[in-house]
Amino acid sequence: MPDNLTTPTPAAEMVNATINGIKVQAPKGANIIEAGERVGVFVPHYCYHKKLAISGICRMCLVEVGGPMRGPDDKPVLNPDGTPKIAMAPRLSIGCNTPVTEGMVIVTNSPAVKQAQNAVMEFFLINHPLDCPICDQAGECKLQEYSVEFGKDASRFREEKVHKPKQVDLGPRVMLDDERCILCSRCIRFMRDVAKDDCLGFVNRGSHTTLACWPGKKLAGNYSLNTVDLCPVGALTDKDFRFKMRVWFLKETKSICTSCATGCNTVIWSRENVVYRQTPRENDAVNQCWMCDAGRHNYKHINAASRLKKALVSGKEMGYADALKQLGPKLKAALADRASVAFVGSGRATNEELYLFSILAKGGVSDCVPRTWDGDNFLVNADRNPNGAGAKIFGVAAQPMGSKLTVIADGIKAGRIKTLIVHQEDVNRRGIGADLLAKLSLLVVVDFRPTETTKAAHFVLPGVTYAEKRGTFTNANGRVQRVWPAVSLGGEERSDWEIFRDLLRETGQPDRFGDIAALFADMAANVKPFAGLSLEKIGGGGVQISVT
Amino acid sequence: MAAVERKILTARMTQPGYSVRIEDYLAAGGYAALKKAMAMKPEAIRSEVTRSGLRGRGGAGFGTGLKWSLVDRKSGKPIYLICNADEAEPGTFKDRQIIHRDPHALIEGIVCASYANDVRTAYVYCRGEFAQGYKILLAAIEEARAKNFVGKNIFGSAYSLEIYVHRGAGAYICGEETGLIESLEGKRGYPRFKPPYFPAALGLWMCPTIVNNVETLANIPVIIQMGGAEFAHIGTPGNTGTRMVGVSGHVNKPGCYEVELGKITHGELINGLCGGVPGGRKVKAIIPGGSSAKSIRGDERFKGKKRDGTAYDWGWQDVPVDFDSLAMIGTMAGSGGVIVLDETADIPKAIANIAEFYAHESCGQCTPCREGSLWMAKALHRMTHGHGQKGDTDYLKSIADNIPGRTICPFGEACAWPVQSFVEKFRDDFVKLEK
Repeated sequence: MPDNLTTPTPAAEMVNATINGIKVQAPKGANIIEAGERVGVFVPHYCYHKKLAISGICRMCLVEVGGPMRGPDDKPVLNPDGTPKIAMAPRLSIGCNTPVTEGMVIVTNSPAVKQAQNAVMEFFLINHPLDCPICDQAGECKLQEYSVEFGKDASRFREEKVHKPKQVDLGPRVMLDDERCILCSRCIRFMRDVAKDDCLGFVNRGSHTTLACWPGKKLAGNYSLNTVDLCPVGALTDKDFRFKMRVWFLKETKSICTSCATGCNTVIWSRENVVYRQTPRENDAVNQCWMCDAGRHNYKHINAASRLKKALVSGKEMGYADALKQLGPKLKAALADRASVAFVGSGRATNEELYLFSILAKGGVSDCVPRTWDGDNFLVNADRNPNGAGAKIFGVAAQPMGSKLTVIADGIKAGRIKTLIVHQEDVNRRGIGADLLAKLSLLVVVDFRPTETTKAAHFVLPGVTYAEKRGTFTNANGRVQRVWPAVSLGGEERSDWEIFRDLLRETGQPDRFGDIAALFADMAANVKPFAGLSLEKIGGGGVQISVT
Repeated sequence: MAAVERKILTARMTQPGYSVRIEDYLAAGGYAALKKAMAMKPEAIRSEVTRSGLRGRGGAGFGTGLKWSLVDRKSGKPIYLICNADEAEPGTFKDRQIIHRDPHALIEGIVCASYANDVRTAYVYCRGEFAQGYKILLAAIEEARAKNFVGKNIFGSAYSLEIYVHRGAGAYICGEETGLIESLEGKRGYPRFKPPYFPAALGLWMCPTIVNNVETLANIPVIIQMGGAEFAHIGTPGNTGTRMVGVSGHVNKPGCYEVELGKITHGELINGLCGGVPGGRKVKAIIPGGSSAKSIRGDERFKGKKRDGTAYDWGWQDVPVDFDSLAMIGTMAGSGGVIVLDETADIPKAIANIAEFYAHESCGQCTPCREGSLWMAKALHRMTHGHGQKGDTDYLKSIADNIPGRTICPFGEACAWPVQSFVEKFRDDFVKLEK
């Protein structure tokens, strides 16, 4: 099966070189930093970023470079032992802008290189505040890290530092501390070349250079926060996150963004079951190293105080097991007449949840709520449901999605539909209003937060958000990607797939879904696009499936 | 033999009553070289320039013929010529003589060089502070246009050339050719890294581009008129032609002198042409090629062997004024700005002044230059204001040592070399400031 991550790109021409005596093969055109990575030789760098245009200005990646000598006859000059004689360049070269060539000899650990790294580090630090304990970047700062590895143990700077503005409001979400900026220009190049929103530049000269927005512009686009990720130091900070938590206290959990059908790969940063931020996780098949600001900040609902932590029976809190015991017979009875039951599933649910939902909904009318706004031809998909593709695969959504919501509304109005099962949707806002909901003899809602629909429900079973469960989503391009639990609220809420498993069991279906892996295996055995897959195979990078 | 000037480029402008008007230039035989050039094949002009041995007068002394030969003529893209008139190296004031006093010599040079290289659009990047020079150039170009020396179908031929004068915004770094190109494109004057952005292949708007200094271009009509071989007889082999040298500082007659390269020594220049040091005082230091050149000490001896094997043993007075001799003694002819400091000069204060200039002018792109230039300036300011500390001399030297060879453009060297050489050669003057 095709997998964009493991499918090799068309065979690139390879060149052979050595780095610190280690043989390395690198694709022609690869630079020294990339070649070093292949054999575990780290070349420190600030301005270089593999997804950005080269600027060659930080001078941290200076290395020694040599190549096979050629004589006046253009023939290789050989040593007495027959090996090619190497001529080393008189000056150090920057690794970022030096492509590896055949026979190249690269040295990154010589005294000359170490002296240069040490000197450049010192230059970076003389005017940089040495107040790491009060800097928000501490713990994930490249200046801090390289200083330990390549710098001096103490400053010998005898002058007054250059002082610059400390709190510069660059835009609605990004704050700049000019004194911490090392002028690497990554943010400028990202906004200009990747986000296509040329709004940043340098003003003033020399050591007084500062980062600024062009006159009349703001760093306000939907990709502005990627500059915070790119910033190697504490200059650019996310106003939503800055000074809220020291990063070393945070647990990192792989996840994906569920704000649209792109499914940008992310990391959820949490501490003691509270999510503090989300950042993009590299996946060239989906989002490279980026994500949009809207998706990044769309996590506040996870720890909202209003979350449902107990089951509700006719509006009263009840233990989950007791609620299930009461609901079981009623639901079983209702399902006996499938024509009287309707189902509203969710394009925000995982594949596993949709699979169980589809089993539950078999024979009844079912649909999902469509969410379509403008896309941006970059990472924001017009389809804001993270798993609309899954909803279609499992037949939970009508074709087109949402077209049967009126059928359901009409059915309730006409009295034909007496039971409604809703997953994670506020149908009250989708044409099935309170008056209709009141007509139902059984309304069961699985959701993680209270809505007008849960208020009207006879039974509410408390589910969880994507940050609290295992499962997979299928993005708009048919890539199946996993989420992992980052936090837990510690109430009676549980993974939605467990709730549907329980409902199936209560209504007389054989209980064959012991855990998420077993559930996935069952799904893979029964639903063709998932054939042959397992959670393990999907891993952190996702797997492409055919959704046609 | 008393030292004499060899006036070729300055021959007209130093005549009494000579003005910038085109009539005066024409009366002195101006634009005859262009007429001659237009009857020649472009490649023939290029070989004459190669034969002449002309070396760039901007600072690096790179062979002009060689520079032209490196231009990518097969790219299918237009070739641009840029006249670098961003003369801003402290102590240098020769290009402005040409611009202010004989602008048509430059324009004729530009048109000849453009024709020789199939250039249809040429630019003069004029130093921002040359407000007057800018106006003179604009007026001169209009005069030349009226006579059909510039513009469409020059001399009735199929060849057309447009010259635009762009006035810089006052940044020294825009004298660096790739910084100049960025600036001309409307961006910040940040030098480009090389490879791949060599102007000869990827210059202005990513097209092949020639960047030549004002004085270099003014020499082109001379070469066309007398022929490359004849031009090569002026000066010495490898250092052909004349050089306009601006002498400033502690001399009785500071000014711009045109001398034959290699035919005159610094002694003859300073003690002869410039009338010596005021009050008969001793020379303490000479900065021979603009403020970024390494300094020469008044009592320094230079011993070694020339390329031809003959030994030399020179004091500063004996060093010939040319590219190779100055390179041989570890400094450079640079931009042709000679600054003389006599024994009354305060060396740390002098270098503090120079360091302040470089700190102000560093573009700020590369870390070592951006931070190092200001660091040196601050240290020197502190030392020269009564706050020297133990170890300051070595401290200063080590800052300077950490900059050169580690930056995109030669500004790193330009700001570090003077500090390195002053501290090395006048160490006691700095140690005295330590408390």
